[in-house]
Amino acid sequence: MTNKVNEIEDKVMEVEEAVKKFISDGCHIGLGGFTVQRHPMELIREIIRQRRRNLVLYGCSQGIDADILIGAGCVKRIEMAYVGDEPFVSPSPNFRRAIEEGSIEWEDYSNFGATLRFVGGALGIPFMPTKSMLGSDMVKKWGIPQEKREEGKDPRLASKKLEVITCPFTGEKVVLVPSCRPNVAIIHAQICGIKGTVRILGQTFVDEFVARAAEKVIITCEELVSEDMMRVEPERNQIPFYLVDAIVHIPYGAHPTAVYKYYDYDPWHYAVYIDAAREGYDSFEKYLEEYVYSVDGISEYIKKIGGDEKIERLKADPILGYSTRIRRGEPFR
Amino acid sequence: MGMEMERGQQRGYTTPELMICRAAKELKDGEIAFIGTGLPMIAAMLAKRTHAPNLVLIFEAGTVDSKLIDLPGSVGDPRCIHGSTVCSGLFDVFGTILQRGRVDVGFLGGAQCDMYGNLNSTAIGDYWSPRVRLPGSGGAGDIAALAKRTVIIMKHERRRFPPKVDYLTSVGWIEGGMSRKKAGLDIGGPVTVVTDLCVLKFDKRKRRAYVAEIHPGVSKERIKEKTGFTLIFSMAKVTPEPTEEEIKLIRKEIDPEKVILRRLGKF
Repeated sequence: MTNKVNEIEDKVMEVEEAVKKFISDGCHIGLGGFTVQRHPMELIREIIRQRRRNLVLYGCSQGIDADILIGAGCVKRIEMAYVGDEPFVSPSPNFRRAIEEGSIEWEDYSNFGATLRFVGGALGIPFMPTKSMLGSDMVKKWGIPQEKREEGKDPRLASKKLEVITCPFTGEKVVLVPSCRPNVAIIHAQICGIKGTVRILGQTFVDEFVARAAEKVIITCEELVSEDMMRVEPERNQIPFYLVDAIVHIPYGAHPTAVYKYYDYDPWHYAVYIDAAREGYDSFEKYLEEYVYSVDGISEYIKKIGGDEKIERLKADPILGYSTRIRRGEPFR
Repeated sequence: MGMEMERGQQRGYTTPELMICRAAKELKDGEIAFIGTGLPMIAAMLAKRTHAPNLVLIFEAGTVDSKLIDLPGSVGDPRCIHGSTVCSGLFDVFGTILQRGRVDVGFLGGAQCDMYGNLNSTAIGDYWSPRVRLPGSGGAGDIAALAKRTVIIMKHERRRFPPKVDYLTSVGWIEGGMSRKKAGLDIGGPVTVVTDLCVLKFDKRKRRAYVAEIHPGVSKERIKEKTGFTLIFSMAKVTPEPTEEEIKLIRKEIDPEKVILRRLGKF
């Protein structure tokens, strides 16, 4: 964990280079975004194109970001609270199938439990306490059993999922969750300065803690601006420049998820994705071929998902921050 | 469910609309409410447009006191942001609002609900090799544990109302009696479950579900048939019907796109 203060090297790079440099097989990744908003999807598609394997994912409420990685066979384990794409499908189809068939490992926490694991990582302490999850099966039933955790083969796997203790001060019961320190955080933000200062508009979800918990941080952004510009109103920034290792400028890089003030989620593309993923391996492989493997960069991808006309429909209303030109309840097929 | 749908339509409303209107009455003016995705969102929007204009809505991705214009499709939707007093993140709303004890009412759906109001949204069948894997807790487990009371809205089927949930994601009264307190939770617990057939409440001592209201035109036999545990009916009244004004608000203002209502076609 180094501070990237006086980097001689430019942090701004292409998505291929960011994945090549910072994401290896077996990498532990902290995921940014929440359900249908602000997932670093083009970066994730590049991870799939470079065929990374045995990834370990950490998240709170994830969606298509985790699901497409699982469907592409990149994931060994996921530790999270939720994987679903409300209002389109829940749970996400590849996640569901992988667990039903036993092809990935998983661990369930509540959203606050999963949040606190990043907060603990960000604070540099080994665990965090909470009153949540008491009395639930999240305490009693572990996705990864204690024997396996104690083998110590995976030094990044906590020796226990969690522990219920009595508070030494008050005698109350509390649940302790182990802190989480991913190798890399991957986050899509609206605006980033060229040295790495990050501005997120709208809900930050857990992204500021995911970035602080991780050893390395990759930011993909809608707008890349001068660092000076980011320092004019620093109170609007969430992630300081010295945490960031790589900056990739990818407008529409979160599609088909939404980016507040920029564009909405894409119900039509979600329908295509969900149909392909639900049907099975063959049809999902065809989806990956069409929208990931065969695609050379974001401009070609945008042409495939409907080009300028689609982009126009998804464009956010400047006041509301989302599109008023999509009809979410209609049958999209 | 088809039959209830027809019966409701003859009366000028559908069953999901009845559920929404009944559930909205559980939210009081001036309260802080933590709202889950789906039917709870429509009910909360209805409450704010009728009897509870000062109801504070919290969505777990980080928005507080939203003045919603368009129905969000998810609690992480950019639509949740409009008019909020604060737009932050999970640490703030789960930590400093919910766990701090400021939330009066949590409002949840679930895939399974047992006789003590425990909910499952994790897995059907064996957890390690599930027949159906569900999305997981999300914020539901947090809300059920830490809100001062919980309201549940869900579809009434025998497999969804078993004596014991396959996986206890969101704590209700756990095993009844004092078991919730013994688990370390001093506040909270479910008070009302609104289904497409009836309204369940929980007795004060055993904390076991009983039928408090039966929807118009629904028979006791049908409720018994659709429930995996025995229910007491002796206190059951008839559920109040929606007003024309409420139905108009739901159809024309709250969900004109049918974001949620379309998915309830199966109801």
